Amino acid sequence: MKKILIVDDEPNIVMSLEYTFKKKNFEVYIARDGGEALHIAKEKIPDIVLLDIMMPNVDGYETLKKIKSNKSLKGIKVVFLSAKNKASDIEKGLQMGADKYITKPFSVKKLVLEINELLN
Amino acid sequence: MNNYLLISVIIVYLAFLFLIAFWAEKNSKSKWVNNPYIYVLSLAVYCSAWTYYGSVGIASQSGISFLTIYLGPVISLPLWILVMRKIIRVSKQHKISSIADFISLRYGNNRFLGALVTVICVFAIVPYISLQLKAISETFEIITDETSYVSTTILDDSTFYIAVLLAIFVAFFGTQATDASQRRKGIMTTVAVESILKLVFFLVAGIYVTFFLFDGTSDIYQQASQLDNFEKITSFNGLESGFNWMFIIMLSFFAIFLLPRQFHVAVVENDRERYLKKAIWMFPLYLLLFNVFVIFIAWGGNLSFQGDVNQDYYTLLLPLQNNNIVLAMTVFLGGFSAVISMVVVSTLALSTMVSNNLVIPYGFLDKFIQGNPEKNTNYIKNIRRISIFSLIIIAYFFYVNFSYELSLYSIGLISFVIIAQLAPSFFIGLFWNRGSAKAVKTGMMIGVLTVGYTLILPFVLNVLRGNNSFVEQGLFGIELLKPYAFLGIDFLSPEAHSFFWSMFLNTSSFLTISLLSKGNYRERNYAEMFINSSNYANLQDGAFVWKGEAYVSDIRSMLNRFLGEKRTERALHLFNMKYGISKEEEMADARLINFSEKLLTGSIGSASARILIGSVAKEEPVSLLEVLKILEESKETIAINKALKEKSEELTQLTEQLKTANTELLEQDRIKDEFLDTVAHELKTPITSIKAASEVLSDGHEMPPELKTKFLDNIVNDSDRLARLIHNILDLEKLSGGHDQLEIRTNQINKTIDKAIDGISQMANHKKVTIVHQNGTAIFANYDEDRMLQVLTNLLSNALKFSAPHKGAITVLAHQKQEAVEVVVEDNGKGIPAEDANYIFDKFYQAKHQNIKKPQGSGLGLAISKKIIESHHGKIWIDKKYKKGARFLFTIPK
Repeated sequence: MKKILIVDDEPNIVMSLEYTFKKKNFEVYIARDGGEALHIAKEKIPDIVLLDIMMPNVDGYETLKKIKSNKSLKGIKVVFLSAKNKASDIEKGLQMGADKYITKPFSVKKLVLEINELLN
Repeated sequence: MNNYLLISVIIVYLAFLFLIAFWAEKNSKSKWVNNPYIYVLSLAVYCSAWTYYGSVGIASQSGISFLTIYLGPVISLPLWILVMRKIIRVSKQHKISSIADFISLRYGNNRFLGALVTVICVFAIVPYISLQLKAISETFEIITDETSYVSTTILDDSTFYIAVLLAIFVAFFGTQATDASQRRKGIMTTVAVESILKLVFFLVAGIYVTFFLFDGTSDIYQQASQLDNFEKITSFNGLESGFNWMFIIMLSFFAIFLLPRQFHVAVVENDRERYLKKAIWMFPLYLLLFNVFVIFIAWGGNLSFQGDVNQDYYTLLLPLQNNNIVLAMTVFLGGFSAVISMVVVSTLALSTMVSNNLVIPYGFLDKFIQGNPEKNTNYIKNIRRISIFSLIIIAYFFYVNFSYELSLYSIGLISFVIIAQLAPSFFIGLFWNRGSAKAVKTGMMIGVLTVGYTLILPFVLNVLRGNNSFVEQGLFGIELLKPYAFLGIDFLSPEAHSFFWSMFLNTSSFLTISLLSKGNYRERNYAEMFINSSNYANLQDGAFVWKGEAYVSDIRSMLNRFLGEKRTERALHLFNMKYGISKEEEMADARLINFSEKLLTGSIGSASARILIGSVAKEEPVSLLEVLKILEESKETIAINKALKEKSEELTQLTEQLKTANTELLEQDRIKDEFLDTVAHELKTPITSIKAASEVLSDGHEMPPELKTKFLDNIVNDSDRLARLIHNILDLEKLSGGHDQLEIRTNQINKTIDKAIDGISQMANHKKVTIVHQNGTAIFANYDEDRMLQVLTNLLSNALKFSAPHKGAITVLAHQKQEAVEVVVEDNGKGIPAEDANYIFDKFYQAKHQNIKKPQGSGLGLAISKKIIESHHGKIWIDKKYKKGARFLFTIPK
């Protein structure tokens, strides 16, 4: 069973994503910000992280940097989920090492397809 | 007193003066050497032995007319601010070092005119110097040989030696620099010290005579009024005497400007123009002090001696008669000081003129052209030194052969009358641009000849022939040609008479010839530079009109001969920098010609400088019209440059303003962009949530019903949030654009607060947070109640949001201030971090902290509140010092 970590501070969005991925037989973990996410990631070593950018305390960029600089976490796939949709934002996210950049609002079905593709 | 003792005292005193001069040269930067008081005191070189001894003599014979000599300078002094300042400015501009330079330069740098002025000055001043030597010799005689205190005809060797010592002093301290326009601080400091000494010593003598020998001023007056001639010497003899007075006052008025020594101390040695402001009141005061006791000493002398002594020396004789040797010695030293300073400064000034305006331009130029800088400098210095010695030796022999015949007063006045011949060209030339060199020369010569006929010839004939027939019968026995009563004017004293005629003939010929003839272009050029000195001051070398061909290299090698390579290079470098001229420039222009002439002027005089520079520059004649045109053009150029400069400054200012405006616009643009970005992001969040939930629902056939309800609730909530956000954004834009119409009425603020609390009480109860409204008296204010409710609700809901459940407490309070009503909303929550306090009222405050802060609510509440309060002309802020929670305050004007 694949493990997925959802990081977002909007509970309503998290709720939809949690329901969807559980149904697709993922082991789902939830974090409200970057700090919490790193904590869980170290403990559970998920296969993939869905990462919002604008969050309180530790933001998405910072979290990505930390994941990529940690030996045991380096291999985790990271997908940015953000309302920031300027070309420069997307480029920045990918350059920092994200595997995908998906802009909000997104289609849940498409998201699932993309994640599966990434994991296989 | 013992002869040798006196000589020792004199030597010690001279040594003291040498020491002062030496010290001042060494410490030439010291403020003791550079101050207005040294300047004012050096002006007092005017008070020579004539003042020190002669005034008493004249007062004892003819009463208060001795004052005329001081009234002229006193009357002239208020004019100094205008006239003297102009003279100083022109002299500094042209590096003028003497009155001969000044006059000759004014009339087109005329070599002959400079020489003529020099000759006139030597002619006038040498007898004057000899008179000073006479005073030393006579007072020396009086003080060493008490029994025979009458004027002596015997050559006294000590005077000769004193004269030689003075010459050494001048030669040593006066020729330190070859540039004669430079200041001689050593000499000026000793002159200033001597001015103090002679004044103090004379005052001491005056007090001694008035209060010790007699019983105060009224006692002397009482006793003196018993004397036979008292009536005659204290009264004013009608119109005729009035004319005499007037002429002598005019004479001294001219002398204070024109005497070479006065020109030297007042102009050449002037360091700062502002010193004049001190001089115009301090110098008259000095003269006044000097004259306070003259009349009393004169009366005291008349009472004590019965006409068998030289009245000039009452000041010295009175203490001697009473056996007060120490005081007599003091008086002697005071007189000695007066003599030394006069002789030193006069010789210095004259020697500069003799060398720069007579000897060098008429004999040494060829030699200079061949010499090297060291040799030339030595030549120049030696010419000056020889001039100094010659002048003093000539004065000494003049004294031995002639001057025992006359009193201090009369020879002094003859000098003044001769010097006054410079007045028309000097004064009129300062303000009238027509005066020509030819006219000046003619006027001066006629004036001097007149003085010769009416004043000097009778004196010389009298000495040689021993009879007065020339004076009594006139030339060839013609009545109208009587030297003291020319054309029948017989009521004036010889000096006033001579002054009147010489000045009349001099001035009228000067004016007539000037009007009839046209000067050459060079004369006109200098006339313009002198008269409009302030206009041309900023033109500087540009005001000099010159056309021709000259090579910079030729001029450079000419300068090298006098200044040496190092100084020449430095001067030319400065010149090039000043006018932005390239070093490679080969041809010299008018500015360089003028600049070079000025550089040489100090060393060899203006006439020689012009001849030397002229020898390497091929000058083309310029017509008078052209000169005027060029001057006018350069004046215009300056005016245009000035206007351009002003315009460019204006433009710079405008550019600066535009830049600021642009920066502001860019900043506003950036804020707008940021705002739109944030708005988009804020709108997308609920939309994302709604979209995701809808997709989940549409796919969730097997979803349990309670989960379905939850997703549906989420959709409803996010739709509300979206609607609220849109409403707030529009509201804020309405307030920002000023499109909102406030409905302002008089309301009671506490009632509005209650309404706001009512609106939020349900949520508060739910969270178990208490809201306290401290309701006092009725406070009225003018505001739009709906808008005010919006602000209060926003503040209250913020407070509620950050208050802990169960423990939270919110306090609202309104109170009257002087011109406003103040409302406070406090809570005991976590408070606002200090670094956020300044930004909390910004829209979407998180915009500034892009990725970190998430708004609680729309992020626009406080921004809207701020806009509302501001549209009521109130203020809203956070109390940063409040630590127990958050404390918001706002005011609205009553």
